[in-house]
Amino acid sequence: MNNYEPIIGLEVHVELNTKSKMFCRCSADYFGKEPNTHTCPVCLGLPGALPVINKQAIESCIKIGLALGCQISKKSLFERKNYFYPDLPKGFQISQYRWPLCINGQITLDSGQVIRINRVHQEEDTGKLSHRGDVTLVDFNRSGVPLVEIVTEPDFRDVESVRDYAKKLQQLLRYLGVSNADMERGDMRLEANISVHPIAIASKASPWRLPDYRVELKNINSFRFIVAAIEYEIKRQIEALEKGEKLLQETRGWNEDKKCTFLQRSKEEAHDYRYFPEPDLPEIEIQNSDTKKIAEQLPELPWSKSKRFADEFKLTATQAQILSESKELAWFFEETVKHGNKHGVSAKEIANHLINKKTDINIVLPVQVIEELKGKRVGIIENKEELEELAEQAVKKNANAVLDYKKGKEVALQVLIGAVMKLSLGKADIAKLKPILEKLLKS
Amino acid sequence: MKLTSDQIKHVAKLANLPLTPDEEEKYSDQLSKILEYVEQLNQVDTSDVESTFNVTGQSNVMREDETTPSLSQEEALSNAPRKKDSMFVTKGVFEEQ
Repeated sequence: MNNYEPIIGLEVHVELNTKSKMFCRCSADYFGKEPNTHTCPVCLGLPGALPVINKQAIESCIKIGLALGCQISKKSLFERKNYFYPDLPKGFQISQYRWPLCINGQITLDSGQVIRINRVHQEEDTGKLSHRGDVTLVDFNRSGVPLVEIVTEPDFRDVESVRDYAKKLQQLLRYLGVSNADMERGDMRLEANISVHPIAIASKASPWRLPDYRVELKNINSFRFIVAAIEYEIKRQIEALEKGEKLLQETRGWNEDKKCTFLQRSKEEAHDYRYFPEPDLPEIEIQNSDTKKIAEQLPELPWSKSKRFADEFKLTATQAQILSESKELAWFFEETVKHGNKHGVSAKEIANHLINKKTDINIVLPVQVIEELKGKRVGIIENKEELEELAEQAVKKNANAVLDYKKGKEVALQVLIGAVMKLSLGKADIAKLKPILEKLLKS
Repeated sequence: MKLTSDQIKHVAKLANLPLTPDEEEKYSDQLSKILEYVEQLNQVDTSDVESTFNVTGQSNVMREDETTPSLSQEEALSNAPRKKDSMFVTKGVFEEQ
């Protein structure tokens, strides 16, 4: 096994969270909706219908490109990718090929390895197929939803870095707010190109060359599956090479039940897409000033935030990384630190507390964390009876919050927790208090 | 320039058109003639001319990200030759294993 080196490149498709579709004004919020209720002549591919570019989608795509350190093209064109498949009503997909919006970026993994980004381009999603026996049913709600494709160079040499890359990308997309990047819902879909070669031969070859085949693993919608599929594929390919078999260019899928990859399409059936510029869409010209404006909207990126947390608050790299995992948690941490400064509670103490107690930031307020931490120093109230008494007092004094809670407003719980904190001078243990309050409210 | 039978078959496949041997022969002639006709353009020296992909001369024609109501499900499906469970029915395409 160790005599072989896997070579992996990744293509990630990301559905943007724009309100409308890429080229028409149909709502892009299609998930779980009645079939064929989000369509119009444009996204149904009816004759004569003309597409118009969604400006927000272009900006989101450029945002992703900038965050990945890409060069933003001065001139970009949409092109038609021609093929017949029932999920594609027009007989072509509007995509980008020779003039993508963003090229030549990079991202640094935890290991320090730099993965080069070949391109970030804009295209449209296809309809959804359901296979029923000998027929296929088509729902076009998803047809035309803005899709961004992020393509890496074949820089991965192991499955761990693939996982790290995919997670980092998901985190980035959420920080940028351009996609929900939810794999289960298909907001983010992974494709891997895999080949292996014997290290001995590879190291002697000059210049270094890619193997003359690659296997494409398509449409994988979970981190776990992509890891399993790549591991399986590396093993399968090495075994084939050991047996002296010649590996061919092909597309394979992942069968989760059987835990194996399976052939979908071989090279003989390879597509000939005949890309050509989309005549219905004028070109996109991007001035430096446009790019600058979009760059100014970029939030602090997760890796910068993590580094700053470590430097500014003297946290360990792991702590900084955990606290910057989501934009929301990072915001909560920094807000808590601000309050902590006023009360002599250190950032380090707050970081430890948030990480060890796994504070639910949707329930607790930053100020409550400080109260709890201050309370801890003089004796925290953990006793069930005492907490119940405090909870009862808080409920009596806050009839409105109780009503709100019963109407389904979860935030009302925060008001009551705040009230208990006030009564207890910040000494109540919030984690223990929460179930007591909830029980009381439900009785 | 006469197109070969293989080229005709390839183009027909890409266009998703099933052709009979007679049609192959017929279209091979016709297509070859069309190509010859268009080939006359090669006589013009375009070495200094940039490709034109769009004749309007426009750029950056975009719209704000706003929605308008879609077609009703009934309207959307009204031209479908076959429908089932509010979806379009097509010939089965390759299933996973």
